[in-house]
Amino acid sequence: MSASVAAAGEAPAAARRRPRVPHLVRFLAKRLAVTVGLLWGVTVVTFALVHVVPGDSATANLSEQALNDPALVAAYRARWGLDQPVYVQYLRYLWNLLHGDLGTSQQTGKPVLSDLAHYVPATMELAVPSMVLALLIGTAVGMLAAVRHGRATDQVVRVGSLLGLSTPPFWLSLVVLYQFFYLLGVSPSGGRLSTDFSPPPTVTGMYTVDSALAGQWAEWWDAVQHLVLPVLVLTCLTVATLIRFVRSAMLEVLSTDYIKAAHAKGLPGFTVLRRHLLRAGLVPVITVSGLAFAALLSGTVLVENIFGWPGIGQYAYRSATALDLPSILGVSLFVALVYTVVNLIVDLVYGLIDPRIRLS
Amino acid sequence: MLLATEGLTITLPGGVPVVHDVSLEVGAGEIVGVAGESGSGKSLTAQALLNLLPAGSTVDGAARFDGKDLLGLDRRGWQSVRGAGISMVFQDPTAALHPMLSVGTQLTEHMRRHLGLSRRAARARAVELLDQVRIPDPERTLRSYPHQFSGGMRQRVAIAIALAARPKLLIADEPTTALDVTVQAGILALLSRLRDETGLSVLFITHDLGVLSALTARTYVFYAGRVLETGPTPAVLSTPRHPYTAALLGARPHGATGTGALQPIPGSPVIPGAAPPGCPFEPRCSYAVDACRTAPPELARTGPDRYAACPVAPELEVSA
Amino acid sequence: MTEQTTQAPVPVDLTDRRVRKALGRRDWFAHRPLWRQPLTVAALVVVAGWLAVAALANVLAPYDPLQQDDATYAPPSAAHWFGTDELGRDILSRLLFGARLSIPLALVIVVLALAVGGVLGLVAGYLGRFVDEALMRLTDLVFAFPQIILAMAVSAAFGPSTRNAVLALVIVSWPVYARVIRSSVLTVRGEDYLHAARLLGVGPVTALRRDVVPNSVGPAVVLATLELGNAVLMLAALSFLGLGPRPPAPEWGAMIALGSHDLSKWWVSVFPGLAILTVVLACNVLGDALRDRIDPRFAKGR
Repeated sequence: MSASVAAAGEAPAAARRRPRVPHLVRFLAKRLAVTVGLLWGVTVVTFALVHVVPGDSATANLSEQALNDPALVAAYRARWGLDQPVYVQYLRYLWNLLHGDLGTSQQTGKPVLSDLAHYVPATMELAVPSMVLALLIGTAVGMLAAVRHGRATDQVVRVGSLLGLSTPPFWLSLVVLYQFFYLLGVSPSGGRLSTDFSPPPTVTGMYTVDSALAGQWAEWWDAVQHLVLPVLVLTCLTVATLIRFVRSAMLEVLSTDYIKAAHAKGLPGFTVLRRHLLRAGLVPVITVSGLAFAALLSGTVLVENIFGWPGIGQYAYRSATALDLPSILGVSLFVALVYTVVNLIVDLVYGLIDPRIRLS
Repeated sequence: MLLATEGLTITLPGGVPVVHDVSLEVGAGEIVGVAGESGSGKSLTAQALLNLLPAGSTVDGAARFDGKDLLGLDRRGWQSVRGAGISMVFQDPTAALHPMLSVGTQLTEHMRRHLGLSRRAARARAVELLDQVRIPDPERTLRSYPHQFSGGMRQRVAIAIALAARPKLLIADEPTTALDVTVQAGILALLSRLRDETGLSVLFITHDLGVLSALTARTYVFYAGRVLETGPTPAVLSTPRHPYTAALLGARPHGATGTGALQPIPGSPVIPGAAPPGCPFEPRCSYAVDACRTAPPELARTGPDRYAACPVAPELEVSA
Repeated sequence: MTEQTTQAPVPVDLTDRRVRKALGRRDWFAHRPLWRQPLTVAALVVVAGWLAVAALANVLAPYDPLQQDDATYAPPSAAHWFGTDELGRDILSRLLFGARLSIPLALVIVVLALAVGGVLGLVAGYLGRFVDEALMRLTDLVFAFPQIILAMAVSAAFGPSTRNAVLALVIVSWPVYARVIRSSVLTVRGEDYLHAARLLGVGPVTALRRDVVPNSVGPAVVLATLELGNAVLMLAALSFLGLGPRPPAPEWGAMIALGSHDLSKWWVSVFPGLAILTVVLACNVLGDALRDRIDPRFAKGR
């Protein structure tokens, strides 16, 4: 009798204890597991990819003469561990990876981690402002098109966004360079900084931030000028995708009864747009912005190439053409990590905006 | 009369007329029913009274509300009528409440605007309103979100929102259709009590004739965008003068006849824009005469305060 | 008994297409006749034009696309409408012959990716459980790579050539098809009639062929049209990076790369860029129009 009472008393206590582990922690733990799995998958796929192909980095990196000397080739392979069986190479890589060592780049001769530390901030300096601008412009224009659905504005926006989707980014880069550098001379030809300036002391690795922190305003202005054109191109690309998405998300919301109800309450049209439409329409937009950011990173490969921007895209390009496995792996891991982190942020923001997620 | 429309005709973008020549009256403190099937134009008529029709629609005729000419209003004029003069409760409260705004925000945003209340005063009135629609724990409700309530509670919240800016007329567009039967009765009782307490007028739109008899004093029967019959609700339901009303009553699952035999209406409803030249119900009507096929019959008096748009109505002895 | 025979008059369903057509809702102009959609007609004309160019390049081109000439970097003129490049080759001729490369290759990429993704999507959607889970994780993995970086790595690894560029683009683009086909299979799989068919002893292969595949055709066609433009774009990007067809093949992306050496010779890169732009734009407009027509779920997303 008493035992059963004790058991009955315990059960609810245990049930009560379970939710005490905050939802957020459980959510993050689950996400972490998924991320680790994804990163592991990336190493497997990249390794497999590089090893099923006939060539290896020896043929890509050694000169014609060196390739004719078997001793040299053997030495090169031994130096980079290419003479070991694939699984040994892979396990060795994983072991080092677990110790925070991404290996050494075969083409730069530096640790991949320090290469990444050097190139990533340059790319972020392009990608972050482009993404922010694209989100702002995409939301505003997409919303405008949705509100003016079926009318001339809508058609113009539609054609404009299709045009943006259909333009090769590298070609658009050349066109703006021709216009603003060659014809008008109002913009630098490329790179991150004019040759008159030396890079500001490294804090974040982003020149605009570092020069501002150091109070070097002439450098800052120069860095900003170098940013304008590549950011313009990347923004155009991203905005084109976002506009279409925002428009259809907003149209969906506009057709709901709650927007009708908001009008029926006598609220001014602008209040309905800002408070009721924007809030609901933004949720799906936020969920795609993760994918949009990944697409934007793709765009940087081509745009960096034209603007001579020493970022991760250029690094990836050079690593790929040199079959430099440690660097390719490093870039792949970095990109996959960015992808998951951005999606994590997206989910957290989603929870902040939508009470149905927050409270459940 | 608080609201009076005359010859209201609605044309949707594309030029298809969907509502023809509708004359409605709603007195102060009166609950008036509008009955009809989906697509009969009853909801579009309601939306026209709040200027909520799709952009590009045109409304002809006249509509006077509380001394104002509704059809002549500009944007600002509409803003002051909507919410504070006429307000609306929708069919599905889940769809009509914003999922991401708190009940408090949705309840006070237009109240503050129309009544010029401070944040504090608006909140106090919001608590009062929630109490009035019988929602327990109003203080907590204000901080809650719609998804945390049941369907019936959501509709109560929606009614509170509709009443927040002290409108004189509430348009209730099938407010109980999406709710359980047991919850329906509560909402109907609430509307009836609000009328008694505050002198609110209600235009109650429904396809459920049973609901009408419980709540409304007068009824308009809509079909294919026209009023076919109107009169005091008990009279219309007990001795329908229009074959369509009769058919509708006969077609009701729990028919008033009590014989248990259901009589389906033959044929199918009119598709807007493809109405026959005469009476829209003529193709499905077993009483139709030649006069029904040439032009839509006018509403004609058939009894005290009763009208039907049917040439055979006076002779009609329908037992519903 | 009476509850069963709810003989209430059939309500008019406002979402019914016939009804909406009768109502003449203007927002429904996806269903306007073709001749009232000037943009779609223009896109059809452009696509037909490029197909004709690809077929008749040898007739239309004024010069041999590979023939070099002393007149290097000649600006556009009556003799060379679009000018010449750094080797004195006629850009117009190269452009016309470029259509013979880009358009068929893009078609090959789309067909292969559709075949691979379609089969995997069908299998995953139909078998469900472990197979489905594994396949979805694999598509996740591919999505986690930016498309162009993966394509670049693959085609660099296999060595730059036309075949390897196509292979690389198939590898990066099949997951989209797999996902779309899978989700349309899942929709059908949930339908009652498929359960009924199973109860009647219809085998999985028959069910796939008779019910599932026809339901996936619409979304697949829409996606393939939209992806056709993307394939042209990606192929041009790879060959711009030197990872596509080997020189001196007149590939549009590679031609733009030649123009990037000297900005003052704008005609070298502007015209091939416009060629890519028009082909891709036409594909996107057509894909959009098809989507409106075939897949009503997307009708609003136009």
